[in-house]
Amino acid sequence: MTGPAISFQGVTRRYPQKGGGDVVALHDIWLDVPQGAITGIIGRSGAGKSTLLRMVNGLERPSAGKVIVNDHDVGAASDAGLRRIRREVGMIFQHFNLLASRTVAENIALPLEIAGEDRARIAPRVAELIERVGLTAQAGRYPAELSGGQKQRVGIARALATGPRVLLSDEATSALDPDTTRQVLDLLQAINRDLGLTILLITHEMAVVRDICSHVAVIEAGRIVETGETYAVFSKPAHATTRSFLTGVTGVAVPQFVAHRMQETPQSPEAEAVLQITFIGSHATDPMLARLTAERGVSVNILAGAIEEIGTRPFGSLIVALPAQRLEEARRFLEEHGLLTEVLGHVG
Amino acid sequence: MSANLIPILWQATLQTLYMVATSTLLGTLIGGPLGVFLATSRRGELLSAPWLNTVLGLIVNAARSTPFIILVVAIIPFTRLIAGTSIGTTAAIVPLTIAAAPFIARLIETAIREVDAGLIEAARAMGATPGQIVRKVLIPEAMPGIILGLTLAVVSLIGYSAMVGAVGGEGLGDLGIRYGYQRFMPEVMLAVVVILIVLVQLVQSAGEWIAARFDKRAPRNRGR
Repeated sequence: MTGPAISFQGVTRRYPQKGGGDVVALHDIWLDVPQGAITGIIGRSGAGKSTLLRMVNGLERPSAGKVIVNDHDVGAASDAGLRRIRREVGMIFQHFNLLASRTVAENIALPLEIAGEDRARIAPRVAELIERVGLTAQAGRYPAELSGGQKQRVGIARALATGPRVLLSDEATSALDPDTTRQVLDLLQAINRDLGLTILLITHEMAVVRDICSHVAVIEAGRIVETGETYAVFSKPAHATTRSFLTGVTGVAVPQFVAHRMQETPQSPEAEAVLQITFIGSHATDPMLARLTAERGVSVNILAGAIEEIGTRPFGSLIVALPAQRLEEARRFLEEHGLLTEVLGHVG
Repeated sequence: MSANLIPILWQATLQTLYMVATSTLLGTLIGGPLGVFLATSRRGELLSAPWLNTVLGLIVNAARSTPFIILVVAIIPFTRLIAGTSIGTTAAIVPLTIAAAPFIARLIETAIREVDAGLIEAARAMGATPGQIVRKVLIPEAMPGIILGLTLAVVSLIGYSAMVGAVGGEGLGDLGIRYGYQRFMPEVMLAVVVILIVLVQLVQSAGEWIAARFDKRAPRNRGR
């Protein structure tokens, strides 16, 4: 299989309203989700990401366009066909959605029972899944006796029970604390690596995308506004929504005392330009800034900065102020040396 | 109280238990599926059938708003058709069942509607059929509520069963009226009331105990 695992082809979803007029939740979405990768769809609540995710297993149907999953057209599938597709697509949820009346093992067995699997074959399969998610000691417990992280592990084991090729994650870590989030993300990453499972997740946290997604799509008001490999999108965000998601996660924002006074254009000859410098891979900025000062005589004032890892690659951002009159010269110098720059505004 | 009243009280108790148990069983056989259907058949729901839902809802409401004593008398021809007679303990089971079924249906509907919609979505995402969702998700998850609902139904039926003396249904209520009131033997009336109180207490306690056994949710008002 070389094609995408999931392909959204011109998908639109309208909700007819009483008294006429439609609400358009998704507008002409074109998106390919690559095989075997972890792809994140990030957006604010109400952006349409949940509707988009539910198109993949037919919990929502498109008003126009096609959703192709493992070469099946989900929107056109019959009820029975849809149930077959759903057994090849696992799903985990923000609030876990475990049956309170079933033990951990019984919850994990549920999709196998639904698929009509032999009783004799369910038990060993469940034991294997419980071991994979590290809950062997909790097999006989009920969800009410588990922590949030343990519940999501049960959710993951349950989603894997029928051996799906695609896993959908609906804000799976949004109800968890940071430590537990980290553990659940690690588990998802391990599953992706070990089983070659395609994972499509939706989230409103850029940190989730940074930590495990190799590809990202940014959704805003029912439209995909930016898409690509995570590293590329992080290093050169093209859309304002992407940038606002990134400020939270890359830890750099213009300090308040500067932000208050910032304007589009310089107001005086002494004005300073506020510049965001992004460096990726092995580039080191400090020598570059030092060289900018030494070789070009441009003095640079650092306002904020941070270095992160995306995947295993370092990724850094600096916000600096420098004389506006020297701005173009400084940018050319930095970009010639492989750094990315963006003018945020001017002060004075 | 004279000793020869003891067997009469005992027999009346057995008659009441017989009527209540049988009508609960039959009422659940009719009201259970009806309740499941009512809980899942509004527009856009699992078994979406809005018209049938509305019609059945109206019938259930009509049956529930008819005073029981009027129901007993009004359906005498139907009772005769089903039971072969319109008087006696067995005949009394017919109106008791007809009163119990819509009541149980509404109680089970309520219990099933309490089940988190997220569980239905999860089961759909697994490729479950509507029938599988009802059997494997809705009914097991609603079980504590269903048991408490049935407990309420049994207690109500114990009360209703006291009225079927009007069609010769006998049982405790009838005994209380005939001996306690018509023959002016207040000690019999008192004994009947005490037995009814004890029965209701036993049923209520047993129902709560069984419901708790089924309830694996986190204890209320305690952590998490």
